[in-house]
Amino acid sequence: MTVNELIDKLELEVLNLEEGDRQIEGGYTGDLLSWVMGRAQSGDMWVTIMTNVNVIAVASLVDCACVVIAENAEIGDEVIAKAKAQGINLLRTPLSSYKICNEQILL
Amino acid sequence: MSEPIRFHFDVDGDNFSSAGEASVQVKRMLRQIGISPDVIRKVSVAMYEGEINMVIHANGGDADVIVEPNKITIVLKDVGPGIADINLAMQEGYSTAPENVRSLGFGAGMGLPNMKRYTDDMKIESEVGVGTTVTMTVLF
Ligand SMILES: Nc1ncnc2c1ncn2[C@@H]1O[C@H](COP(=O)(O)OP(=O)(O)O)[C@@H](O)[C@H]1O
Ligand SMILES: [Mg+2]
Repeated sequence: MTVNELIDKLELEVLNLEEGDRQIEGGYTGDLLSWVMGRAQSGDMWVTIMTNVNVIAVASLVDCACVVIAENAEIGDEVIAKAKAQGINLLRTPLSSYKICNEQILL
Repeated sequence: MSEPIRFHFDVDGDNFSSAGEASVQVKRMLRQIGISPDVIRKVSVAMYEGEINMVIHANGGDADVIVEPNKITIVLKDVGPGIADINLAMQEGYSTAPENVRSLGFGAGMGLPNMKRYTDDMKIESEVGVGTTVTMTVLF
């Protein structure tokens, strides 16, 4: 599944879209950044409620396919600007992390 | 690539938002010189954890990255408080990070274990009251 397909099917809010046809190869959910860096794989959909600017650096280093912010967690404009600068696909939804992962697996 | 390529960064101790800039820049530069994605990931994650540690625990420091034909060496040097018990610090989950740092998603006590996992060699030299130098090598 591509990031564009995920956006369409789960009706995600697009905060920044750089590479919509990137393939989602797997997924990881977590808010502790070291766990994400230790465990998430390149090409993953990363689901989190964290929205500080370090999330963008971690997404870039891990090379995840997209970041999905759960629970409509509030996010600052400077974080979205950072996502733009670093070419990170950044999405958001009112769904919980649990729900997003469930629905993504069913797609 | 005969001569080693060197990158140097000053890591700012009181700027949490810019913490990680050096690692992200290193990632970009390694990509430009054609290093494989797998190696880039190891180097940049290990360096990021080390960089964050210097910001959280040591008020910043210096980061050097040396690229040679078959290995990349990362040297992170600070003049912070030092680490009294390195074996304890290396344990997964051990952290002295303050609450404000935890609320940002750091302080899980997984940084040093990640650095060890992602590199082929890691050496910590530390003296209480003097500072800490972490040297990591990734072979390829
Ligand atoms: N550069 C450093 N200077 C002083 N203490 C450090 C340094 N790096 C790590 N430490 C100590 O080692 C502990 C474990 O580090 P780490 O595994 O990265 O976990 P965390 O950063 O999440 O606390 C830290 O909580 C801190 O007490
Ligand atoms: Mg750490």
